[in-house]
Amino acid sequence: MDHLQQEQSPRAMETICSFCGTGCGLTVKVEDDKISKVVGTKANASSHGETCVKGSMGWRYLYSDKRIKHPWIRKNGELVPGTWEEALAVIADKFNGLKEKHGPDSLGCFSSSRSSNELNYLAAKFMRTVIGTNNIDSCNRT
Amino acid sequence: MAVFGTGATTNSYDEMENTDVLIAWGSNTQECHPIIFNHIRRGIKNNGTKMIVIDPRKIDQTKLAEKWLPVRVGADIALANSMAQVIIEEELYDEEFVSRATEHFNQYKECVKEYPPEVAEGITGVPAEDIREVARMYAKADKAIINWTLGITEHHNGTENVFALINLALLTGHIGKYGSGLNPLRGQNNVQGGGDMGALPNRLTGGWDYDDPKALELFKNVWGVPVPETKGKHQTEMLAAMEQKEIKSLYIIGENPVQSDADGHHIQKLFNDLEFLVVQDILMTKTAQMADVVLPAAASWAESDGTVTNSERRVQRVRSIVAPPGEARHDHEILQDIANAMGLDWNYQSAGEIWDEVRLLSPNFAGISYDRLEKEGGIQWPCPDESHPGTGFLHDRLWEKNVTKKVPFHPTNYQAPVEMPDNDYPFQLTTGRRLSFYNTGVQTQDYKKIKDNEEFLEISQEDADELGFENGDMARIISRRGHVTAKVKISKKLYKGLLFMTFHFPDQTDTNLLTINATDPLAGTAEFKACAVKIERADRKQRESSPVSAHGD
Repeated sequence: MDHLQQEQSPRAMETICSFCGTGCGLTVKVEDDKISKVVGTKANASSHGETCVKGSMGWRYLYSDKRIKHPWIRKNGELVPGTWEEALAVIADKFNGLKEKHGPDSLGCFSSSRSSNELNYLAAKFMRTVIGTNNIDSCNRT
Repeated sequence: MAVFGTGATTNSYDEMENTDVLIAWGSNTQECHPIIFNHIRRGIKNNGTKMIVIDPRKIDQTKLAEKWLPVRVGADIALANSMAQVIIEEELYDEEFVSRATEHFNQYKECVKEYPPEVAEGITGVPAEDIREVARMYAKADKAIINWTLGITEHHNGTENVFALINLALLTGHIGKYGSGLNPLRGQNNVQGGGDMGALPNRLTGGWDYDDPKALELFKNVWGVPVPETKGKHQTEMLAAMEQKEIKSLYIIGENPVQSDADGHHIQKLFNDLEFLVVQDILMTKTAQMADVVLPAAASWAESDGTVTNSERRVQRVRSIVAPPGEARHDHEILQDIANAMGLDWNYQSAGEIWDEVRLLSPNFAGISYDRLEKEGGIQWPCPDESHPGTGFLHDRLWEKNVTKKVPFHPTNYQAPVEMPDNDYPFQLTTGRRLSFYNTGVQTQDYKKIKDNEEFLEISQEDADELGFENGDMARIISRRGHVTAKVKISKKLYKGLLFMTFHFPDQTDTNLLTINATDPLAGTAEFKACAVKIERADRKQRESSPVSAHGD
């Protein structure tokens, strides 16, 4: 759905910091398809090129060993690696089943204050139109 | 903010450089919003802004303050009402504005009468003369701003705390003008956007009430199905419904409630008892480890296209800059995959197509297109059409000659925190953030070069002396719900009887095992900011975090 821009290396692109709600503009420098440096974006109207230690250094978590790289599915009490196809089938089966058996209000969603507007919009639309409940909330301290 | 019909800051950051008085109320801006603080700092330096800091702790930014009011934890309403009492008694309020743009002034006046500064001093710990001085400073200023954060909202009566601050702005007319207003600073990059997009139990995309007939018509047209009629449950209500086995399944996107919510042990049990838990995240959190299905997501800010909305209502583009690892997919793509697996036929080709649907449903965003964001940079909502430049500050309608919809005062009274210190648990523990770290720490605890990369129990010199603690000693902190250990750090920021901890290092010291699950009935926000604890010396060097049951208490 999103198309990664294939440009020359090194390259730099603008985005917005993922930590607090200030929304500082960040310019991300990329070498060999990996982030090499993050600095403030001068032209950003909210932050005028400034960034704090979290903005300039916090990106390293993208390369953490704790990144989830494939779906995991619980089988016999243990989380084991699975495929997308399998994971989506299990979810569809369970969500449809619970909805039918106990009604749509037996399901709920905690949506993410760390993700995009587009994600939050779709999560709200999904819960209201596909599941059929208003049980959705965001804004946690994670 | 229910009072104005919008939950957003009314000012822009640049206005914080161009105001006369700025009150940082329960907001450790310098550590939690350092770049917003730079705006405030420039205002102080270049424009002579007088900053008032209202905070139980003598945080670093008090050094730049004209005045620091060391309010006791949870006594903010008494302080705000007392300031109002002074402003009314000394006739410093904006009578013309009050009569033209507000209602219920007389009830408010009656309510705050009970809070003369000498009475408020006893509740708040702030000297009566200081209350008078700050009240006069705020009321007499030509332009004045109040900023707040979780120090105001993370209480069992957080919504009423906010009313108390809004009342002050209505009383003085410090609202709806350039350089005057009310600003809840947001703690996470897209708290604003999450709410704006309708990821709330009682609001639809664009801020519509879930049962507004006009909205129901519009949404039915765009979505093709009606919006469910029953009001949804907010997080705390969902947790209660999980306890009652009414909610059997949760879908959690990029949240770690097992470690971030108050009274952690209770939450873990509720999650264990769920029939089906789906977690979609970028990192394997404690919550993800409890799931039945874990879905790998791309990081929204550098691996996906989209928009986020910051604390000054500015919608800005995030971009897909590097590829997500392995088989991880974009958050919004995963939603579409699940919907289609359940038999729907969603067919969004890009994040931009999703955004265009948002614009159909919300007049506030109608004028903000991806093309404009590309050319002009971020745009502040409301922005009703493509020729509109966006809106710097809100509520200028209150200064029109005929105000069609007047804004009500919400008189509100002081209530003590739910759990106050007593003989058994004599200390008050308050929680917060530190500069270099973030929330449950899953994204920041791996720094290599940052000092103090661990949890501390911060304590006043006086209390440390009485208990015989020195810096670096291990202490066990015990509440009615659990106990943890942490290294002692003597702090000049605290008054006697008050302790401070963060929640950045839950794997070593799970502070939220101590906090109380008393929640604000209006907003569902837990009282992270005040609980009662006792402390004792911990012999072992080893850290521990245990529930009460294991401690035999």
